[in-house]
This record gives sequence, C-alpha cells and structure tokens, in this order.
Amino acid sequence: MAIEATIDTRKSQVPAAATAPEQTRTGPVYSPAVDIFENDHSITVLADMPGVKASNLEIDLRENVLTLTGRVTAAETSKESSVLREYRPGTFFRRFQLAETIDQPKIDAQLTDGVLRLELPKVEKARPRQIAVRSA
Amino acid sequence: MLLRRVWPSRPTFESSLSDFDQIRREMLRLLDTSTNEGAPDPGPGVFPPINITQDDDNFYLRAEIPGIKPAELSISALRNRVSIAGKREIPREHERVSYHRKERPEGAFDRTITLPLEVDADHVDAEYADGVLTLTLPKAEQAKPRQIAVRS
Repeated sequence: MAIEATIDTRKSQVPAAATAPEQTRTGPVYSPAVDIFENDHSITVLADMPGVKASNLEIDLRENVLTLTGRVTAAETSKESSVLREYRPGTFFRRFQLAETIDQPKIDAQLTDGVLRLELPKVEKARPRQIAVRSA
Repeated sequence: MLLRRVWPSRPTFESSLSDFDQIRREMLRLLDTSTNEGAPDPGPGVFPPINITQDDDNFYLRAEIPGIKPAELSISALRNRVSIAGKREIPREHERVSYHRKERPEGAFDRTITLPLEVDADHVDAEYADGVLTLTLPKAEQAKPRQIAVRS
C-alpha cells in the first residue's frame, strides 16, 4: 500500500542508534514511553512495553546508567497470513543517566499488563536533610 | 484488502505531543526513510495500533493496549465490523512527587475495524495478556470458502 510511511506517535522513533550501540538482533527498536517522577525517598520509572514478558525484560543499572531492554516475540503462528499491519514486534530499548545514587539491592521492578514499574530507592546520604539553623 | 484510516500526523490523544514534537518526528521519519532502507514499518497515528491476521477458520486481531483493566475494555462485533473502545487512565501518585517526564498517553479511545469477511459474532474470544489484547474471530460459516469438486 502506498501509505506505509506514516508516523507512529506511540513508539517514538527517537533514533536509538544515535544514543546507544547498535543491537545485534535485527528488527525494529522502539523507545518506550515513560513517566519518571521522584520523591524524597525514591525515583519511579513507569514504561509502556506492550507484549513484553517478564522473562524477556532486562533492567541494568551500572555507573548511574539505567538501561531497559524488553524483547517482544511474535505472537503469530506461521499458519496466519497478514491482513492489516500497524505495528511490528521489536525491541524496546531506552537508557537514562541517573543523577542520584541508587540503593541497588532495594530496587524493585514489577511488570503488569505491559507496564513496567521500577522503584529506585535513593541511598541514605543522597536524601535531603533538614538543617537546623542555630541562632548565634 | 482493508483500507487504513490514516490521520496525517495527528494522535488520537490530544495534547500528548506538542506541534513542535510532531514536526521533529516528521523530520526524523523523513531522514530515517531516506537513509535507512530497513526502516521499521510504522503504524498510523491512532491508538491502539492493531495487527490483523487470518488463517482458514479465524481472524486474529491483536492490539497493543498496555496497562488497562480488562473490565474497562468494551468490545463488540457485528457482521464484519469489530469495535474496541475503552479508557486508559493513569492513576495519580498520592505522595508529593515531582515529575521528570510524562510521556505515557491516557484518555479514551474507540476504533472500529472492517474485516474482509463476516465473522461469527457469538463466538468471538477475547484475551488480554502482557498489555496485548487478542481477539479470535471465527469466520462466519457462509463466508468461508468452499472446495468445489470438478466433474470429469
């Protein structure tokens, strides 16, 4: 069909190649949409990764760089022929530089219905402290 | 063959992207298609993106709808049309938090797809797993192709 080249607004085609090394697997690489917020105790990352099973999700944190990699395997069997195709299974990949120091053993990750929720607790010394001002 | 409903570059969720972002994406896409022949096959700017396949007996419709409760999906089928509607809500965080990024779309969606053949609307099966909705739509008995024996 002539109108193949439209934009996918959901999986933004942020050029992964410009920010990360190339993948060895072929296939499209998508940048998942994320929400990131923090409070005094932790940073929370929510990422939309539809079709990713927990066993195909890798979360890596080293030297303050957080890397999320989720692989989607095709759900279709070989007997099926395509009628309409609007998305292709591929790899979700995104990498963040974290400013805070993270308490690595306490990281908690949950994948529910294709949404990853990652809790990154800050280490004690990185938390803000109330500083009492003495009067002279 | 099905015709795609294509919005030039307008997402279903309003305000999810600014105009500037749209222009940037458009530029990136143009660059991408001109330099990279193996560019991924992007879908139209509608939500949710849908793939449909078929075998001899069924149509299979798969839609990427991450983070929705199955009870909040409304699916209906009539003759050769299937509708998927629902509302994706992202729960507010209770604590006092400061957002660094907010990219995940939310809002209501409603899509109707016309299939090439009629389906048996009474026996449609719907399953939701890992953020992907899968509908199995049996082709209607009268719509199935028949083997025709040739007399010698």
